[in-house]
Amino acid sequence: MNDKKIIYLGLIIFAVIFTFPFWYNQLKASPAPEPILSQTAKDAKTCVEPKEFMKTGHMQLLNTWRDKVVREGMRQYKSTNGKDYNISLSSGEESCMGCHGSKADFCDKCHNYASVTPYCWDCHIEPKENK
Amino acid sequence: MEKSSRRSFFKVAGISLLGISGAAPVLNSFAESQVSHTVEGSYVKNESTLQAKRWGMIINTKELSEDNVPSIIEACHKAHNVPNIDNKKHEVKWIWEEEFKHAFPTVNHDFLNERVENLKFLVFCNHCNNPPCVRACPTKATFKRDDGIVLMDFHRCIGCRFCMAACPYGSRSFNFENPRPFIEETNPLFPTRMKGVVEKCNFCAERLAVGKIPACVEAANGAIVFGDLNDPESEIRQVLKENYTIRRKPALGTGPSVYYIV
Ligand code: SF4
Ligand code: SF4
Repeated sequence: MNDKKIIYLGLIIFAVIFTFPFWYNQLKASPAPEPILSQTAKDAKTCVEPKEFMKTGHMQLLNTWRDKVVREGMRQYKSTNGKDYNISLSSGEESCMGCHGSKADFCDKCHNYASVTPYCWDCHIEPKENK
Repeated sequence: MEKSSRRSFFKVAGISLLGISGAAPVLNSFAESQVSHTVEGSYVKNESTLQAKRWGMIINTKELSEDNVPSIIEACHKAHNVPNIDNKKHEVKWIWEEEFKHAFPTVNHDFLNERVENLKFLVFCNHCNNPPCVRACPTKATFKRDDGIVLMDFHRCIGCRFCMAACPYGSRSFNFENPRPFIEETNPLFPTRMKGVVEKCNFCAERLAVGKIPACVEAANGAIVFGDLNDPESEIRQVLKENYTIRRKPALGTGPSVYYIV
């Protein structure tokens, strides 16, 4: 019955090691970055869809948009807030980057933090202000 | 007795594990994935979009000359950020000049009219009615729209080049290298491509969508007629009625939508 102690000890060590990343990250994690809104975006007050959705779902929306534009020729989006938007990443004032004028201040802030590197900008042309 | 105590140990251990280890982030991420990723907006075409059943073009070679041909090509290539690569093997082109014997090998014969023999023909994608490139594409990156335009979804191109092998007109180019450094002046209204992607003339789908005629037609000042081949009342059909026209390699059955007045 002496083994009992060893087993308990082993279990505790296992638990600590197993959960290490969770509590370590909680102590260490740097605060989530705040993307900087351009004046145009601030003035608009509302995004294409509610902020909460855009935070987690903008990529799904963009994915749907690109298929709608390229494959179906649909270039206008009637948002759930009733407004019409020009579906385009970077062409024209009504486009995504027309409002969020700076890729570095807006997109990159979170993408760098989350270590996400979308390849949109390999082809699409980012607004000039970034140079 | 022994059994049940071991069991209760695991219960307690499990619960305390959840507590001490900060399972919160894990639980949070589960909770977050419940957020709906679909929204219920709706999609429409721009009101000014030019529409047709089958877009087509007529190139009036009688009105092409060394004065206007370079500017027609430039208008297209500028509008679409087509790179200017000197290396013949890597070159990318949407619209270019071709000699009669190459553009129309099946019509070419001995003792040809001198003017025609020396003419340079403007050639580009024919937006075929029965396009072999579409059938060859394994990812459906190349597809035919309802209005007859054979379009490429650059996002989906995997660079296999089956379409290039299938196109009997050599209308397609492959980006062997990153095209960006070879574009003198990028047009921010149109994306560039990346290494490993095929490209070709898109009948200016992006211009039609906002009510503009194709860039080459605009630059040609009447030397190119653009319109709906399926509409008997259209200008293009009038011109076809009044002129003898030829198409490239018609015997292959691809049904080109580009006609030439020679
Ligand atoms: S010309 Fe070539 S690329 Fe254009 S539609 Fe016909 S087969 Fe396809
Ligand atoms: S229709 Fe547009 S893409 Fe095609 S050759 Fe003319 S300008 Fe270029």
